[in-house]
Amino acid sequence: MSHFKALFDTYNWDFTLQSIFNKTAVEVKQALVKDKLDLEDFKALISPAAKPFLEEMAYKSQVLTKKRFGNTMQMYAPMYLSNECQNICTYCGFSLTNKIPRRTLTDTEILEEVAFLKNKGYDHILLVTGEANQKVGVDYINNAIRLIRSHFANITIEVQPLDQNEYELLVENGLYAVLVYQETYHRDEYKKHHPKGKKSNFDYRLDTPDRLGKAGVHKIGLGALFGLEDWRADSFFTALHLKYLQKTYWKTKYSISFPRLRPHSGGLDPKVEMTDADLVQLICAFRLLDEDVELSMSTRESEIFRNNIVNLGITSISAESKTNPGGYSVEPQSLEQFEISDERSTEKVVEMLKTRGLEVVWKDWEHFSN
Amino acid sequence: MNQKLKIADKEFSSRLFTGTGKFSSSELMRTSLLASKSELITVALKRVDVKDKEDDILSHLNQSHINLLPNTSGVRTAKEAVFAAELSREALETNWVKLEIHPDPRYLLPDPIETLKAAEELVKLGFVVMPYIHADPVLCKRLEEVGVQCVMPLGAPIGSNKGLKTLDFLDIIIEQSNVPVIVDAGIGAPSHAAHAMEIGADAVLVNTAIAVSQNPIAMAKAFKMAVEAGRMAFEAKLAPIKEQAEASSPLTSFLS
Repeated sequence: MSHFKALFDTYNWDFTLQSIFNKTAVEVKQALVKDKLDLEDFKALISPAAKPFLEEMAYKSQVLTKKRFGNTMQMYAPMYLSNECQNICTYCGFSLTNKIPRRTLTDTEILEEVAFLKNKGYDHILLVTGEANQKVGVDYINNAIRLIRSHFANITIEVQPLDQNEYELLVENGLYAVLVYQETYHRDEYKKHHPKGKKSNFDYRLDTPDRLGKAGVHKIGLGALFGLEDWRADSFFTALHLKYLQKTYWKTKYSISFPRLRPHSGGLDPKVEMTDADLVQLICAFRLLDEDVELSMSTRESEIFRNNIVNLGITSISAESKTNPGGYSVEPQSLEQFEISDERSTEKVVEMLKTRGLEVVWKDWEHFSN
Repeated sequence: MNQKLKIADKEFSSRLFTGTGKFSSSELMRTSLLASKSELITVALKRVDVKDKEDDILSHLNQSHINLLPNTSGVRTAKEAVFAAELSREALETNWVKLEIHPDPRYLLPDPIETLKAAEELVKLGFVVMPYIHADPVLCKRLEEVGVQCVMPLGAPIGSNKGLKTLDFLDIIIEQSNVPVIVDAGIGAPSHAAHAMEIGADAVLVNTAIAVSQNPIAMAKAFKMAVEAGRMAFEAKLAPIKEQAEASSPLTSFLS
């Protein structure tokens, strides 16, 4: 049985990071003229040597994205179901040690939130919970999916990693995609940021996309949380993970997200700064590496940044997000997981996308099975 | 010249079929498709809300001369394809279906085994089945045997705009086929479409090349003209290509 961990263990973090920093302008130029890029080309494109080529990368990224995805932008909205969490994560507002009011939505409350989001036009929904197996285990998630599946064309979850048979159950009941971010691929740093709870098991989290692939989930979302460790190395390992998964689970679609650390209750300052220019470089590098991968942008980023990045490679975007359970209609004032940056209404974001020549796509999936 | 194309019980004056994805707005899609004069327009079931009469895409295509061809894009198995087709028949009141089964989400290459299985089942259920397939001559004959109304081999991967990369196999398919052959996927320029028509394809299906161009309306018109020109050339019988020059005074004329 194939596992990413076997491949991952053949790499050394420091050596990888050094090899990225050693890339030269010549290697960047070579990567920019190739049709099919490999991971060494990707290293070149995320290296400091690629900085002077940012405009050229952005141009290529725009052309490739338009070719594959056309003039469209997929809309989605997160819906937080619970902020219960048994983990300690140094960067997260839901962390066990944070003394915040805990809340898990009931069926009635979930449907109130559904009504709000449906009214805004959303048909793709991302369900989010903390990691508390007693209160929001697979049974709770399964119930939520069954409850809302007739309301949404596409249901994605971002919850604690589950076992393969649990994913299989959820897929059977209408689940489309799972987002599972490794946070950081640096094993020691990972341990520092996740000292307690099930999430502290680095390997179980690293193996999650394999379990998802085996369970036949339609789409897997990958990513690292930028700010915990060097973004270049974390991005390389994300790309390595992506390429391994694409070859192994070839029927599955993939997406990449680019979360940067945001302020929250009990906040942690980023260890490594990732500038706006760095983020643009990374998004373009992923597009050049893979013209088919979906690239997603949340409301963590600022209005100005989002306005400009939508034409440079991003293919799906959220708007008006609330990161607290019940945040849309049930309990708008409760504490958020993190502060969002772009606070515009859905309507305003849709208007912005239209003025940038993009058709807003609300629905792009149907659960075709009995 | 430019004989009508017949598929199942329908006749088409235009041999340019079009798709609805990737346009920057539904209004631009509508205007472009009208400019193309296309009479058969494919729409992805996964993109439309078939329960909603006001669905943005469907409402923009509400023209009497346009036949909607729902496609099953997004399904990975024959079973899912049959379910999707039945859903579209009920909701859109058409028994026509473009059968697309591509479990590979990157290049969207069709699964020949599942496609054949689904085609057989759908024909039995009374559908007019238009299968999207690789340019595989044997598969085309197998599909013909189970009763599909046409075959839709690819010229190149979907959205690649690379043209007729499968030309040698398209030639064989066209030569052997008893049902219309519609070249689908890969056509990126009017010249590609004209070429497909010149070699005897019965129609072409174009989406990305129109939707993603700088001026989709003008490009739609260009494709319309290219398809007509290619068909006219095919019907007029192209002059043969010769490897050697033909002397105006034959070398052996002294024998007579």
